[in-house]
Amino acid sequence: MHEELKKYADTLPESILNEIEEKCPASKIKKVAARVYKEYCDAKIDAGEAVGLVSAESIGEPGTQMTLNTFHFAGVAEMNVTMGLPRIIEILDGRKNIATPMMEIFLKSPFNKGKDIHNIAMRIKESVLGEFIKEYVINIVDLKIELKLNLEKMAVIGVKPALLIKAIDKALGKEVSSKENEEGGLVVKLRGRDEKGLNDLYKAKEKLRSVYVCGIKGVSQILPVKRRDEFIIITAGSNLKKILDLDFVDETRTTCNDIYEIQKVLGIEAARQAIIDEVFKVIEAQALNVDIRHIMLVADTMCSSGEIKGITRYGVVSEKSSVLARASFETPIKHIINASLVGEIDFLNSVVENVMLNQPVPVGTGLPGLLTKVIK
Amino acid sequence: MAKKIDITKHLLVPKHVLVSDSEKKKVTDTLKLSGKELPRMLKTDPSLADLKVKDGDVIKIIRDSKTAGKTVFYRRIISS
Repeated sequence: MHEELKKYADTLPESILNEIEEKCPASKIKKVAARVYKEYCDAKIDAGEAVGLVSAESIGEPGTQMTLNTFHFAGVAEMNVTMGLPRIIEILDGRKNIATPMMEIFLKSPFNKGKDIHNIAMRIKESVLGEFIKEYVINIVDLKIELKLNLEKMAVIGVKPALLIKAIDKALGKEVSSKENEEGGLVVKLRGRDEKGLNDLYKAKEKLRSVYVCGIKGVSQILPVKRRDEFIIITAGSNLKKILDLDFVDETRTTCNDIYEIQKVLGIEAARQAIIDEVFKVIEAQALNVDIRHIMLVADTMCSSGEIKGITRYGVVSEKSSVLARASFETPIKHIINASLVGEIDFLNSVVENVMLNQPVPVGTGLPGLLTKVIK
Repeated sequence: MAKKIDITKHLLVPKHVLVSDSEKKKVTDTLKLSGKELPRMLKTDPSLADLKVKDGDVIKIIRDSKTAGKTVFYRRIISS
């Protein structure tokens, strides 16, 4: 970096320094840097400025113009994703169970070229026994079920009949016993058949249908997509931890859209970045223009306690120290009753409670107090 | 299957550095804080797996920022 610019290393952000160096001829760098520094100081937010209020307005106003319920198709297949206002609400409320959990799985180098991409994707997908069965034959005399298997499909994923038997034993081992028959199918018998009837057989059949066999639990749909010059897999349903453990997955880029899952697997800082990315993606998709700094502020607020807290009365609002501030948000009576029961004291240090009491609020010019020390 | 993943290499995870005690004082002095006002971070946070942290430690986080290039952020460790 240029000598002159090094002087500003502590005061100017890196991106500005890089821009000066890139666009400015070396002879003029000293003058330009000084001028930029002045402009930068002028553009800085003053101490006491109500930035939260500005952010709230800046996100809220475009929010009114958002299409209420847009579903868009991620690629070609019939996979829909919550977008638009419902998605923003979902993220900012910090919902634990989001409507459409998704993952974007990036693959390591030999796998991302598109060869066998469908087979790789099929291995990720959660498979249940019902998918491998062509036909159920119920034998009411011997009280047993014969399963005819879809061998082509099993070959694609690499599932052997032995694995199916193992899966059945694991899930329903107490109720049924199963073994392979001569035609390459499976025979399932009820255990302790004397006291069991036909009803139990039908129930067992329904249970067999949803026995988990292989794949990543939670991944219900898969969609291989070409993005730029590589192939990625988009999934409906997410299980980030298990996916990152797979050896053909690129563990540096694979993400999901469930903020809580990211917090659990990658930590709070990653969750903050994910909140910013997800909210900005929605706003960008609607061709609205919101400065990313506003979203950063919201994300910082949500993550400042070390865990994700939604902008709700159970989240960030419940952390406020002032009773009146909490009461002014939602369910005022509950807060006031609880506060009076324990004798809570309100020091009127923040904005809302002072607005309620018709006093100057500590923002902007209302913030500084008298700095003179009175000599006694 | 049994591969050990290193989540600190993930794109979403910024660099976490443990701040030494002398540096900690410098940080709280320049920010004019007592240290308790810093944003918090759970001791059990997965991104801290490689660092040996205890309560009250300060973690320096170097984030990649879209607006500023790189920004520095501090968090204090709490146990719950």
